[in-house]
Amino acid sequence: MPAVQETVDRVKRIDVDQYRYGFETLIESDKAPKGLSEDTVRFISAKKNEPAWMLEWRLEAFRRWLTMTEPTWARVNYPKIDYQDLYYYSAPKPKKQIGSLDEIDPEILKTYEKLGIPLREVEVLEGVVRPEGERRIAVDAVFDSVSVATTFQKELKAAGVIFMPISEAIREHPELVQKYLGTVVPTSDNYFATLNSAVFSDGSFVYVPPGVRCPMELSTYFRINERNTGQFERTLIIADKGAYVSYLEGCTAPQRDENQLHAAVVELVTHDDAEIKYSTVQNWYPGNSEGVGGIYNFVTKRGDCRGNNSKISWTQVETGSAITWKYPSCILRGDNSRGEFYSIAISNGHQQVDSGTKMIHLGKNTTSRIISKGIAAGVSQNTYRGLVTAHRKATGARNFTACDSLLIGDKCGAHTVPYVEAKNSSATFEHEATTSKISEDVLFYCVQRGLSQEEAVGLVVNGFVKDVLQQLPMEFAVEAQKLISISLEGSVG
Amino acid sequence: MALLEVKNLQVRVEEREILHGLSLTVNPGEVHAIMGPNGSGKSTLSHVIAGKPGYEVTGGEILFRGEDLLEMSPDARAAKGVFLAFQYPVEIPGVATMNFLRTALNAQRKARGESEFSTPDFLKKVREVAARLNIPQDMLRRGVNVGFSGGEKKRNEILQMALFEPSLCILDEMDSGLDIDALKVAADGVNALRSPDRAMVVITHYQRLLNYIIPDFVHVISKGRVVKSGGKELALELEASGYARFEDAA
Amino acid sequence: MNVAVAKKETGRALSDSFAIARDRLPGSGKVAEARSAAFAAFDRVGLPNRRIEDWKYTDLRALLREVLPPAPAPDAAALSRAAEAVRLRAIKGVRRLVLVDGVFAAKLSELGGLEKGLAVRTLRDVLEAGDAALQAQLLAPDNSNPMVALNSAMMTDGVVVEIADGVVLKQPLHVVHVASGTAPTARFTRSLLRLGKAAGATLVESYIAADGARAYQVHDSLLVTIGDHSRLDHVRLVEDSDDAANICSVVVTLGARAHLNTFGMASGAAVSRYQATIAFAGEHSRVETNGVNLLNGRQHADTTMVMDHAVPNCASREVFRAVVDDRAHSVFQGRIIVRPHAQKTDAKMMTRALLLSDEAEADNKPELEIFADDVTCGHGATTGALDESLLFYLRARGLSEKEAQALLIQAFVGEAIESIVSDELRELVVAAARRWLEARQ
Repeated sequence: MPAVQETVDRVKRIDVDQYRYGFETLIESDKAPKGLSEDTVRFISAKKNEPAWMLEWRLEAFRRWLTMTEPTWARVNYPKIDYQDLYYYSAPKPKKQIGSLDEIDPEILKTYEKLGIPLREVEVLEGVVRPEGERRIAVDAVFDSVSVATTFQKELKAAGVIFMPISEAIREHPELVQKYLGTVVPTSDNYFATLNSAVFSDGSFVYVPPGVRCPMELSTYFRINERNTGQFERTLIIADKGAYVSYLEGCTAPQRDENQLHAAVVELVTHDDAEIKYSTVQNWYPGNSEGVGGIYNFVTKRGDCRGNNSKISWTQVETGSAITWKYPSCILRGDNSRGEFYSIAISNGHQQVDSGTKMIHLGKNTTSRIISKGIAAGVSQNTYRGLVTAHRKATGARNFTACDSLLIGDKCGAHTVPYVEAKNSSATFEHEATTSKISEDVLFYCVQRGLSQEEAVGLVVNGFVKDVLQQLPMEFAVEAQKLISISLEGSVG
Repeated sequence: MALLEVKNLQVRVEEREILHGLSLTVNPGEVHAIMGPNGSGKSTLSHVIAGKPGYEVTGGEILFRGEDLLEMSPDARAAKGVFLAFQYPVEIPGVATMNFLRTALNAQRKARGESEFSTPDFLKKVREVAARLNIPQDMLRRGVNVGFSGGEKKRNEILQMALFEPSLCILDEMDSGLDIDALKVAADGVNALRSPDRAMVVITHYQRLLNYIIPDFVHVISKGRVVKSGGKELALELEASGYARFEDAA
Repeated sequence: MNVAVAKKETGRALSDSFAIARDRLPGSGKVAEARSAAFAAFDRVGLPNRRIEDWKYTDLRALLREVLPPAPAPDAAALSRAAEAVRLRAIKGVRRLVLVDGVFAAKLSELGGLEKGLAVRTLRDVLEAGDAALQAQLLAPDNSNPMVALNSAMMTDGVVVEIADGVVLKQPLHVVHVASGTAPTARFTRSLLRLGKAAGATLVESYIAADGARAYQVHDSLLVTIGDHSRLDHVRLVEDSDDAANICSVVVTLGARAHLNTFGMASGAAVSRYQATIAFAGEHSRVETNGVNLLNGRQHADTTMVMDHAVPNCASREVFRAVVDDRAHSVFQGRIIVRPHAQKTDAKMMTRALLLSDEAEADNKPELEIFADDVTCGHGATTGALDESLLFYLRARGLSEKEAQALLIQAFVGEAIESIVSDELRELVVAAARRWLEARQ
């Protein structure tokens, strides 16, 4: 039957079809020698013209890292990573000092165009490509180890917002960086975060001053291009008293046979009455249909609601990476502070996802909400791992958690590992989890009404994740929705 | 001696003063209606009389047969004969209605130094009252108010009123959420309990309820105090002209 | 580094007591070899600490500090104190089997007039008499769990009950564990219950202390196999003295169309851990497991359940309730595993904790581990205080604060207790819960 043949063909093409961002950009690059030693750390620091305190900070982290062992508690399996067989620094070789976008290697600009990321703010500003009413987004593009362009700098500056590569911030705003860097995720936090502290090469820095509502959404786009290269970016976002910022992060990588390591650290700080909304669409290369290649994504993301009445909201759509190991968390320190975690994690093929959140209630009347939707297909493993804890002094703490898993096919696994810890009687926690499959009746109903099997699955899945998609800024929601259908292509037949 | 005397009552909730010097006197056998717009303090008054936590009395007093009610715990007030029919009766899963009724009735009797009801006497009494109020037996076996309709919940409140035989009944928005038939059944239940030594305070937003439970006195409250008192005709006047006029007076 | 040192210190004392006890422990040959291997397995880890994921909330190294030396066999005085304790907690209409300080007490037990198809032996007899099949079953538990390994190494006695095919016991079996010796010592017991096909039984287990028993440890384990079409009703009450420790491991395997209904309540012991693995080996079987922790003072009680759906078409229901007062600490860890191909599994788990004091703690870890797609699985967990609006409603109806609390607490644990089918046993549990509530007034 032709329909069956079509499905078979589709499944065969799956890893090609599925990953639209698998092209490679041919440019010259400037690399550190392979391997990791104090010299590598010094090399990176020197490349970035860093002050002495920064080098010292990195070296301390590196020495600490040498004494640590890789964590094994997550439900992910992968061959031992040879940390000496990686490049820790790779930068596109500049033809000369970059002064404007025109001076960026046209190949890189093309790459971002293919990815659909608007770096040409000039055109955007002139209204050529901007339909009326569309929101503007300032973008910081990170290509392998360095930031290649940050748009809308001037306009942001006028509002008092600092948005620049963290490497520049270390030089230009050392007082801010020193005050906040490593205060949410300490250098000794965990194996991957400590490694990041030693070798991070770039990332974004945002500071929104008191009372300022950031005039546009800020965005960073990460791209791993080089072979055998680890990407270790570091993001630090501070919303001062009464400030607000919405920040978007997107990631892609070329299709390669080897596994590439991505170990990022993101730190968020909100002071009194401030709010940060952080959204991620993660679409790193997941490997092919045999489970060869793909990104190892070991990420530490944490927000500190340091001030009273402050709020941090994480929204993530995780469709890529061979392995995902990330737990965007909130420390609810300020009284009445609020943390939110909205997640869609989709695994197909041989992907392994171990993701979730931690809501640590320390302040009084703190609230948190967790909505997690896990979808497993193919032979993938998808784990939600979450901690909700209320300390003795966190009186009136409240949490609501709902984590639902959907299984597509009988060779995948969906797991839920929640830790619910209450240490005072006024804490109120509610947790619920379900695991189910797509109802045959619903599928049949849709198919009978003329939808293809895949469209029917898409429909049901989109319904399943709707609560979370609604949390994303509009532009991202559309992209995420497409991504979800693409990620699940070939999962039914 | 008056049954209930509320004198210059001032009450705060979370820093906001809701009642600013409300006074009310209720004698045995009387039925008082308290009317007022949303947010005027009607429910606050009923909660404070029953002793609900979360209200701070900053001034005034409430005397019940001359005794200071504010000094008593909620259960002591119940034993003294204060009964609040809740606007929204809570659901208590796992506690069978029958068990709840017996526990509460005997706790009140014990507090008054009376003997506890024997099981057969108790069952007889409950069945009798339930039959009068058209409450099916299976409702009594279910958890308190669990899965009850709005009308059933209100009937359950009246069942308790009939069973506990309080001397003061406060009916808080008894008509909310009831259709006209359910309202009639509830009102009939209440009217059957009117007696020379029992007083009732009927709190309502609408005049409608007062067609069925006819009050001796009507008080209009606005912004936390009584702005006008009168006979039952005052309710009709309100129905015609609305609360706006009285709000100006406050 | 410190951990290793700490382990060595307590470990050495225990190694010594194992070396001394070894020759006197029942069983030789394979049994003795298995004991040595099990002790080595325990000794490699020592008492589990919080760094072992399964023991994250119950750090026995901190809570117990050490494994106490084995209790001596009870003397006449100990037996007579035990007899009095048994009398106080006697249940009518049951067949009583009593273990005093880890030794089967024939005099306090009822072995006469065994129903046809019911065989009762002591663990000591089975280990010594060399029934190879039974011995193999008794030595089967997985020694990777250190407390199971310790129990395998040190077990002295217990009851071994076999119920033949087609036999449905009319009389419940009541196994009573009595701590009677006055010195702080440990008891190591293991029991086995084997139900044949189309058989039925009710098993009640009580853990109690005789007058004067103090600061003792109970290390128990229970192995159960339920044959095809058979049913077991199981009720377990931990009412040990408030300075005792009770560590118990249970492994249940169900055949096809089998049914297990189990209920456990811990109101006694300073430290308790009940770890149970329930495995489905045949299709169309069903398990209801219900538990209640009633804790106050500085009690610590941990219930850790693994529900292993290895085959299709089985159903499991877990209901757990914890009431935690003062500075007590309740732990519930529940894992539902649905193995590949275990389609049409229907597994649900609900755990709720009620905190009555600002210093009480409740930790819940309800896990799902699902490898098959055509399943309905779910869990829920809630933690909170008594509902203020319910309390006020009850008080407005004349109940005192304590009475109102007691009524709501009874309703809270009621859902778990209601699952007990036998009226007499349910009343027994309700009475135990009431004793706890009355003690708090």
